Amino acid sequence: MNNISMGQYLPAGSPVHRLDPRSKLICIALLVPAVLMTSNPLGLTLVSLWTLLVVLLSGIKPGLYWQSLKPLWVLLLISFVLQVFFTPGNALLTLGFIKISREGLLYSGWLLWRISVLLLAASVLTFTTTPLQLTMALEWLLSPLRRMRVPVQELAMMINLALRFVPTLFDEARMLLLAQRSRGTDFNSGSIKERVSRLTPFMVPLLTNIFSRADELALAMEIRCYRVGAARSRLHVMRFRPADYAALFLNTAILAAVITAKAL
Amino acid sequence: MPCIEVEELTHVYYPGTPLEIVALRDIELTVYDGEFIALAGSAGSGKSTLVQHFNGLLLPTAGCVKVLGRAISDKQHRQQLWRQVGLVFQFPERQIFSNTVFEDIAFGPRNLGWDSTTVSKQVKDTVALVGLPEEILSADPRTLSGGMLRRVAICGVLAMRPRILIMDEPGAGLEPATRQLILANIKEIQAQHGMTVILITHHLEDAAVFAERVAVLHQGVLLSIGPTREVLSQTELLHRAGLKAPFAVELAQRLSQEGIPLPSLPQSIEDVAQLLQQLLQTNGARPGGASL
Repeated sequence: MNNISMGQYLPAGSPVHRLDPRSKLICIALLVPAVLMTSNPLGLTLVSLWTLLVVLLSGIKPGLYWQSLKPLWVLLLISFVLQVFFTPGNALLTLGFIKISREGLLYSGWLLWRISVLLLAASVLTFTTTPLQLTMALEWLLSPLRRMRVPVQELAMMINLALRFVPTLFDEARMLLLAQRSRGTDFNSGSIKERVSRLTPFMVPLLTNIFSRADELALAMEIRCYRVGAARSRLHVMRFRPADYAALFLNTAILAAVITAKAL
Repeated sequence: MPCIEVEELTHVYYPGTPLEIVALRDIELTVYDGEFIALAGSAGSGKSTLVQHFNGLLLPTAGCVKVLGRAISDKQHRQQLWRQVGLVFQFPERQIFSNTVFEDIAFGPRNLGWDSTTVSKQVKDTVALVGLPEEILSADPRTLSGGMLRRVAICGVLAMRPRILIMDEPGAGLEPATRQLILANIKEIQAQHGMTVILITHHLEDAAVFAERVAVLHQGVLLSIGPTREVLSQTELLHRAGLKAPFAVELAQRLSQEGIPLPSLPQSIEDVAQLLQQLLQTNGARPGGASL
């Protein structure tokens, strides 16, 4: 539990942290198609270098990016290996029934590269933006849908509450795990059936406590006059600054370059 | 004989990240067999982190913690520590999961591998020990009051007959009478069974009445440790640690400032009454002529 997990916000006060969350979200939306559409190595190198520059600007040690994505690397490497083996094509190397083809190697290497860049970009977003900022940005981006009677504000509030409960759930689970371990529950050995039955002392109070917390939260919101659909003002007003325009411009330029290169 | 020895213990959460917090710094502490020691400190002082080392839930970032003679870095020892070191978490009633009180209290003893007659005897004995009626055993925990539930949850740990009992703010959120009752009970059991008790609290009134020694933690540093009377008289230090000296201590200090020094330092309001009475009897009706 002493590890930084993916999606954790890390305060550092870097230029990336100070960007408006809306522009960060839009930049990601521009970067994703750019990464997926490039078909020449030069283009992908350009996009990768750009992402690495942002990583460096984010003021968070590169080692932490590595640490938070470690569980995913295993998955990526497995899929890489499988693809190398099972993509048909000109065999470069044959070991019994295993064949490594040129196409397989190229194709899966290309995929690995792309996914790595996307994961890195997503990590920059979640490392430098609080969940609250993200939902605010999302609400703003979805606000045109309000005309079509989509309850955008309520959706944003729901996402917000759900995100707010994640650390609470973790704390509660941690406390219960430690408490029941202190009373001798062994969660790490025995058959699957035994382990599942041992989860009762953990799951039952977890659910009860979470429900009662949710109940209290609803009450607290009502006491402070929260009403569904009522007009609400904000404590922190989002504002686009020159840096935001620069970031948006650069990302648009990259996407435009990729599209033109593809069209040519 | 020492049962817990802490040497230069440092604990760091999330090392190497912007979230890094040094929770404990160079702690030196020895807990002796059979004593009642209070760990005092304000929120975030590291009390809870410290005691989680005592039953092997946390490992030191640096330094060494020895419990019952062996270091907790020894994995085999650490995994068996729960059998001898009982830890009552904050708000322990939140861990209750069974449909009857009996089932919940019996959970720990069953995990110890005791047979069912021993388990049921221990459960009944424990409930009697803390002064709860035996009928409560068949009750549904959801029908009990907060104070009752707290006592049931504490029974769940006591029933395992731990050699060392650690309690994290057992009185938090309860009315004073129930809080006193719980602690008085534990004190009795400690005296009868020779159990070691470590009480985490920020309420020094409780420490004054029940603890033999007090350790004061502040921002992960051990500020002071010693006999209760000695530590509680250092009002300056307590204040620095974000704690409030017991009312009796403050009263005694105010009295001595006003020219009425008490012959010894009181710990409870009863002490003050007794000392004042003594003073009045030896000095006559108006001690020193000072006005209160």
